[in-house]
Amino acid sequence: MDEILALLALEPPGWGGNLLRGLVSSLEIAFGAYFLGLVIGIGGACGKLWGGETTKAVLDLYTTIVRAVPELVLILILYFAGTDLINLILDYFGREPIDISGLVAGIAVLGVVQGAYSTEVVRGAIQTIPAGQIEAARAYGMSPWLRLRRIILPAMLPFAIPGLGNLWLNATKDTAILAVVGFAELTLETRQAAGSTKRYFLFYIAAGLLYLMVTLVSTYVIGRIEARVRRGLPRHG
Amino acid sequence: MSKARILAALGLATAMMLGVGSANAASVKLGVAAEPYPPFSVKDAAGKWTGWEMEIGLAVCKAAKLECEFKEVAWDGIIASLNSKKIDVIWSSMSITPERKKSIDFTDKYYNTPANVIGVKAQAMTASGEGLKGKIVGVQVSTIHQRYAEKYFKPHAKEIKVYQTQDEANQDLAAGRVDALLADSITLDDFLKTDPGKCCDVKGSVKDDPEILGAGVGGGVRKKDGDLKAKLNAGIAAVRASGEYDTITKKYFSFDIYGPK
Amino acid sequence: MSLDTVLTPPSPNLPAPDRSVLFRRLVFAAIGLAIVVPVVLLMRWDWLPDYLELFAQGIWTSIWLTLVSAGVGLMLAIPIGLVQVTGPAPLALVAKGFCTVIRGTPLLLQMWLLYYGLGSLFPEIPWIRESFAWEILRQAWPYALLSLTLSYAGYEGEVMRGAFASVPRGELEAGRAFGMSPFTLLRRIWLPRALFQALPTLAGETVLQLKSTPLVATITVIDVYAVASRIRQDTYVVYEPLLLIAVLYMIMTLILVRAFAWLEARVPVKRG
Repeated sequence: MDEILALLALEPPGWGGNLLRGLVSSLEIAFGAYFLGLVIGIGGACGKLWGGETTKAVLDLYTTIVRAVPELVLILILYFAGTDLINLILDYFGREPIDISGLVAGIAVLGVVQGAYSTEVVRGAIQTIPAGQIEAARAYGMSPWLRLRRIILPAMLPFAIPGLGNLWLNATKDTAILAVVGFAELTLETRQAAGSTKRYFLFYIAAGLLYLMVTLVSTYVIGRIEARVRRGLPRHG
Repeated sequence: MSKARILAALGLATAMMLGVGSANAASVKLGVAAEPYPPFSVKDAAGKWTGWEMEIGLAVCKAAKLECEFKEVAWDGIIASLNSKKIDVIWSSMSITPERKKSIDFTDKYYNTPANVIGVKAQAMTASGEGLKGKIVGVQVSTIHQRYAEKYFKPHAKEIKVYQTQDEANQDLAAGRVDALLADSITLDDFLKTDPGKCCDVKGSVKDDPEILGAGVGGGVRKKDGDLKAKLNAGIAAVRASGEYDTITKKYFSFDIYGPK
Repeated sequence: MSLDTVLTPPSPNLPAPDRSVLFRRLVFAAIGLAIVVPVVLLMRWDWLPDYLELFAQGIWTSIWLTLVSAGVGLMLAIPIGLVQVTGPAPLALVAKGFCTVIRGTPLLLQMWLLYYGLGSLFPEIPWIRESFAWEILRQAWPYALLSLTLSYAGYEGEVMRGAFASVPRGELEAGRAFGMSPFTLLRRIWLPRALFQALPTLAGETVLQLKSTPLVATITVIDVYAVASRIRQDTYVVYEPLLLIAVLYMIMTLILVRAFAWLEARVPVKRG
């Protein structure tokens, strides 16, 4: 038992510090990807609902591809091709290539994946808003932007929270896939610690508990948020 | 959520994406495979990369007057990471082979050690195709050892199992899922000294095939980066000449791992 | 994953495409051509003939892993869902705990724990190598299958719990009034109704299961993703194999979605 505690200690020679640094990286990416996904999702949902035919077709293609191709494959394609493409464009304009850090690449890649799912969640939630509310806003002469901000987003929130909550939980777990491209998030840090100490079982269990903690705290917070945004709504539909 | 809070969250996300991206643009990024590869490169419990290869790398950079930092990337895809400019140099025990030279360029070698076969103590085997008849042999992906095993061992062996990292291959030898491993002799020696390594011993070095096994380990650079390559070559020559190479080597090994001149 | 991520299966009897659908298809076709033509002409595909056999094996591995893990996973999910509704309380707690742990940690980590974590314990149990199970234990696919199955059981256990709970009480009471034994009631009314309720969700979850299979490549199982990696390592061609398997996964997803749509259409619909 003492040995286990020593291995997990936060200060070297314990490996707990590395695991926590990995956890922080995972959470940073999850936060970034989640918010990027949310922005894409709101834009995508509006495009799917009110955009022109071409916009709709492009968005359909985007959500279909992302939801049918494994995250691991998308991440590898976007991770290598994405930076290549950006540097190619910069090169074309005679600029120096920029250093795209693993963090930014990870956020961008997972954000694009999250965006496809967010699009569907937000679109579904907007569709549950009674059409009369949106029409009333239009009758008041609100601009489309104001309508989105004042009426649509607040009104759809109670319906979107369960789906968006699930997406957040997925975001925290999907960061693990970045271990495969060598990003030092929690799962990769765990593997490194396990490999260096040969205590595989111990470290994988420890990491599992950290992930579980994130999930349980998130679930609790999401539950509180849901209860809050649903106040004033009828209990059943 | 209030408007201000949403804006703050978005602002934070944007700042993270822009701010972090432009940090450390000037220094040379030495790419190291994100896995423990003792005694060459290991991440210590403080999150810092150490080991013989890391020390040599920093010494070379210092001699070449380059500012360097280590950046971890996956070994599988490390060449793609170099060519898409995520890193500037592959400094990760990569052997100089004609095959790889089609995609990237290399500095001069900075070490050269033989490839060994290790295997379960109780089983008799030798480091050749016939000697591994009916065995399951583990190798790390995208290595000279994988190529070698595919060419010489595959016709005889029961199976060639390919691992993402050397550490995982070692681990599966200890678990008994493979009977033997082909890898760099030094990293295997290091493994044999650990507790799980007690299962196994050295079965011998393989017959050389320069076409596959290459001519020692060098730093991988992009083909267009001739300037960086020249600087690193000068740096390697300088640490060899100054004796710093030997000083660092003595800390880790009882013999010279530079290999034949 | 969430219930909202279900790919909507196409309804079995589609109405004739109207103009906007036609237009959308034209745009799809245009985008498709704009991608496919340069991809075929400008990229390197000369490696493809050498790897056709390996691809066929990889696709087969991905498919059977998906189907077997989903099938066995569902068998496990049914009791896991049921005990959470019926009790007894200790069993319900265990089932809930199982679902929480599986859903609360990444599949990749679960897989590595099973494969490398368990493997690291083998040297301490020498007799395991003499046991009859060793030929299976030393291979990689059992661990891949086990972790995929447990994952599916964890997510679907939650789905089935919801499905069992949502079957109207009146139907169960009617069954009881007919003098059905609890087992007959479950077999004839409760389970079929719950499964039908869950079918659209199961369709989406099975697609997600297919999307999770490439993780098995990290524990040395050679699925279709591993074949693409293999080609990248052999030939240094990066994008082409990845694009190819992306298309292959899309085709496999489409087939899965169609199969579930067919299944749903076969179930007699009589609601409310």
